[in-house]
Amino acid sequence: MASLLHQIQHQGVTINAPLPLDSGQVLPSVTIAWQSYGTLNADRSNAVLICHALTGDQYVASDHPATGKPGWWARMVGPGKPIDTDRFHVICANVLGSCMGTSGPATPDAATGAPLGMAFPVITITDMVRAQAMLLDHLGISRLHAVVGGSMGGMQTLAWAATYPERLASALVIASAARHSAQNIAFHEVGRQAIMADPDWQDGQYYGSARAPTKGLAVARMAAHITYLSEEGLTEKFGRRLQARDIKSFGFDADFQVESYLRHQGLAFTDRFDANAYLYITRAMDYFDLADPHDGRLAGAFATAKDVRFTLVSFDTDWLYPTSESRRIVQALQSVGAAASFVELSAPFGHDSFLLDVPALDRLVAGALGSGF
Amino acid sequence: MALRPDLAIIADALPSSARVLDVGCGDGELMVALRGKGVDARGLEIDPANVTAAIARGQSVVQGDANRDLADYPDDAFDYAILSQTLQTTERPDRVVDELLRIAPRAFVSFPNFAHWRIRLALLWGGRMPVTRLLPVAWYETPNIHHVTVSDFRDLVRDRGIRVERVWHLSGDKPASDAAASWRAEHAIFLIARG
Repeated sequence: MASLLHQIQHQGVTINAPLPLDSGQVLPSVTIAWQSYGTLNADRSNAVLICHALTGDQYVASDHPATGKPGWWARMVGPGKPIDTDRFHVICANVLGSCMGTSGPATPDAATGAPLGMAFPVITITDMVRAQAMLLDHLGISRLHAVVGGSMGGMQTLAWAATYPERLASALVIASAARHSAQNIAFHEVGRQAIMADPDWQDGQYYGSARAPTKGLAVARMAAHITYLSEEGLTEKFGRRLQARDIKSFGFDADFQVESYLRHQGLAFTDRFDANAYLYITRAMDYFDLADPHDGRLAGAFATAKDVRFTLVSFDTDWLYPTSESRRIVQALQSVGAAASFVELSAPFGHDSFLLDVPALDRLVAGALGSGF
Repeated sequence: MALRPDLAIIADALPSSARVLDVGCGDGELMVALRGKGVDARGLEIDPANVTAAIARGQSVVQGDANRDLADYPDDAFDYAILSQTLQTTERPDRVVDELLRIAPRAFVSFPNFAHWRIRLALLWGGRMPVTRLLPVAWYETPNIHHVTVSDFRDLVRDRGIRVERVWHLSGDKPASDAAASWRAEHAIFLIARG
């Protein structure tokens, strides 16, 4: 439940400095919750920032405080792992607008003490990155060895290179894109409408009430979850198999295993995520188009990022952020002469491949981080 | 591990601090060897397993196809382009050579010489497409779709107004004399430049 979710204590800092937003609004102060792993070395040169995806959080490699499950990238981050915490000081901050301790729609209004709800300003991917830069300033880290992110984390990584090119040596962008396509926006709009159509949403002011839009949020998650998987993966995992029955019910129970699975995914999500945060973050992703401030020329976004080493990875079964989007980024990088690596990996899991067991990805991540260090 | 002989010649001939694009870079063998020279090497490679291996070795390599993706590089992006053992596999070798010399003022191009005496003999006596050490695959499955001889390549660059700055001939893994290279060289490496 959302109310329980907001009772969790997270490690964080409140920075009492204004954060100007792309919308023109200003956050007078910002609270940022983060986790770190490994030790910062004496010359502060071994910091790696991991940017999380839409429904991710700062608990990259530690148990999730709401679900108790292992961190979402525990297979990638840790001692001796591809992002080796024996070598690197790994930082991950909960993104602006989210619900795991960083400022977002559940943050209390400074004047009234009531949660802001929809009075929280609409934010962008670059706003998220600005907030992360404020955290790094607070931590005394002026330059990062690398910024790493998959999916929306990859968008933040690209925005880092475009906004603060002098603050990172390398950028690792996995299963991502430099803009949201019409199809991406369309799926997000289905999710947002599901939340806002839930009578328990109450125009976003549900925090104090006993009701929260869990049904709408669950439907949003179900729709989105389909986009994270490949058709091949779904067919292999579920096919047309029936759930705990031998014959069709001729009703509307979850007859099929795939229905039961999606219902479970939707419901479980509501234990760890806030519906308003889902609205704000999906909006930020939809607004993302790195070429937009450069007359549609993506190369313009990277004009000052020539000295950043980029590594891009796509997956052949990812139809959410397909290989063509990564190639578009590579072409822009090549046109400005930036050092870029790109590979399309073969993996059966669709967009979610970046979170799952793909040994080639482990080798790539280790290689991309290791060079020049 | 010792560098392939044609790659060793190219590595040796490249000036330090050059900006280089290795087209068909494989697993980055040459790029790794160039690191000690201070050469800024980037790679283009079609096989994803090779690209993964090269990136894992810390190299900057893009998965792509020399037939198509050279167009993404701006004019004069590099000092040298390298195309080793790949020319004969491209759809239009003439256009690829033009692209190399658009991206860089100079290019190294190496290829197996189809006029080597063993190949001539195999055709003359056997009457069949030769299968040799450098061309080890039968005609129906070979990636080498445009066989080329030393003389053919000289004609091509002459017709296109391209200068030949230097040529190395190899027989086995050893240098071969330029005399009668047309039939004695198993392998040729050309350093070409815009005319």
